[in-house]
Amino acid sequence: MTTPHRAGSPTAKTEPAPEYDVDRIRQDFPALHQQVHGKQLVYLDNAATTQKPQSVIDRLAQYYAMENANIHRGIHYLSERATAEYEESRSKVQRLLNAREAHEIIFVRGTTEAINLVAATYGRSNLQEGDEVIISAMEHHSNIVPWQIVCEEKGAHLRVVPVNDAGELDMEAYEQLLGPRTKIVSISHMSNALGTINPVRRIVELAHRQGVPVMLDGAQAVSHLHIDVQDLDCDFYAFSGHKLYGPTGIGVLYGKADLLEAMPPYQGGGEQISSVTFEKTLFNDLPYKFEAGTPHIGGVIGMGVAIDYVTQLGLDRIGAHERELLAYATEKMLALGWPRLIGTAREKASVLSFVIEGIHPHDIGTVLDREGVAIRAGHHCTQPLMQRFGVAATARASLGLYTTREEIDTLTQAVLKVREVLA
Amino acid sequence: MSDLTDLYQEIVLDHNSKPRNFRKAEQANRSAEGFNPICGDRVLIYVEMEGDKIKDVAFQGTGCAISRASTSMMTEAVKGKSKAEAQRLFDLFHRQITSDDDIDLDELGDLEAFSGIRDYPSRVKCVSLGWHTLRSALDDDHEAVSTE
Repeated sequence: MTTPHRAGSPTAKTEPAPEYDVDRIRQDFPALHQQVHGKQLVYLDNAATTQKPQSVIDRLAQYYAMENANIHRGIHYLSERATAEYEESRSKVQRLLNAREAHEIIFVRGTTEAINLVAATYGRSNLQEGDEVIISAMEHHSNIVPWQIVCEEKGAHLRVVPVNDAGELDMEAYEQLLGPRTKIVSISHMSNALGTINPVRRIVELAHRQGVPVMLDGAQAVSHLHIDVQDLDCDFYAFSGHKLYGPTGIGVLYGKADLLEAMPPYQGGGEQISSVTFEKTLFNDLPYKFEAGTPHIGGVIGMGVAIDYVTQLGLDRIGAHERELLAYATEKMLALGWPRLIGTAREKASVLSFVIEGIHPHDIGTVLDREGVAIRAGHHCTQPLMQRFGVAATARASLGLYTTREEIDTLTQAVLKVREVLA
Repeated sequence: MSDLTDLYQEIVLDHNSKPRNFRKAEQANRSAEGFNPICGDRVLIYVEMEGDKIKDVAFQGTGCAISRASTSMMTEAVKGKSKAEAQRLFDLFHRQITSDDDIDLDELGDLEAFSGIRDYPSRVKCVSLGWHTLRSALDDDHEAVSTE
């Protein structure tokens, strides 16, 4: 089994090696070593999903080959072992986020399900007619639509924090929106379309002054930033495993225990109950109250290995590597003169969204694809944000822990080719 | 491996930069809107029917080079045709971009330029958005067309 790049001992976590050997790291990711359309793949669609290290792939194969069993109810060896591995992953997530308790970690399908869970339980039981939910203009549809659904049902209103031309939240407007009718704030930690890192600690602090809880959508942030939910003091935090170099179909909702305990269940079913009669069902304790049905056991275990991988590398070092590359990519793109960057926040990570006058992003995407460069072209599930910037879509290159300077050079060359083909 | 110039042929690039019939048809008695939610592309098709004949057809909207050129070339191809003839051309065109059938290329004329689209599955919707929208306009179906 391939082990992630490491400095040699578990102490690497606290004393990271100074050198970040990206060539060595890339050896851990088999998907990076292939050609598409006869060209070396340059994978720059990491904001959509990340590639998986061999250790995650091997762990999934091992689980399904030799360890598969249902959890929490079996009295046999395999079930006990799967249960232990599953719960060990919960502890890994707890450490990753620095949550106070392991039972504050709920396994869900992904960020989208986590937000839906909070909207459907916390939202539905706390919102009344005339109440307000605050989101921002840079939210992904998955942090808009669940709130819209519950607001419509309850006669509540969605309030939207505007963004400035650089793609930063208007914090003054946010302060003004916070009011006695505000029942919850739900904001992305980092924008998938712009790369903006929002001042979430301040957002939480201002909301808490009014007694309003805050949910943070961490889908993008989790693979680039060191996250400490106790320090942020957020009430809910959500992320997806597949954007953190783990499997698809598995994600996490963190919630403060007292809030989760007060919330009604999301789905009913097995594992989620402590006793059932036809008259009355008693719900199980946290976290199982929110984990009805057989969960994605393999996914949870695989995500645990992905967390091992990034924590051994060190999120701070990953972040530093990506920041340097983003600065390089930004400089190269600006040097070309004609691409216009969408999202120029002072605090941003890993995302380079751009448009070229007269050339549709899909055409950019197709030309880049033929050069082996995988990017995303479209509205990035942020149609209101695209409207804000007056574009239908953008081309988006997004970096990962394995991205190299040479890949940025290839991107720039491919962007030149776009003009050659389409101008 | 197909070359990019199979997709972005000279004629396609020309129709993209100088789209024909790119206007509102003032005398239109039929219209429809098409939308591709994946990329946000939007097209409005105006048709002026005279009896069973497409006397005028025009379009507006935003889209990629492929959808714009395809819609532009479509307007040239169907102008003056009957509804049935336009429908037949659409069927032929659709088979060209989605199947391996042998197509009578003469009948397609310039529209043959899009035969390379089969190697770009993600772009098939771009090339067919205008056509689906035209069909909706001809059917006088006021529902907005979506590629999804």
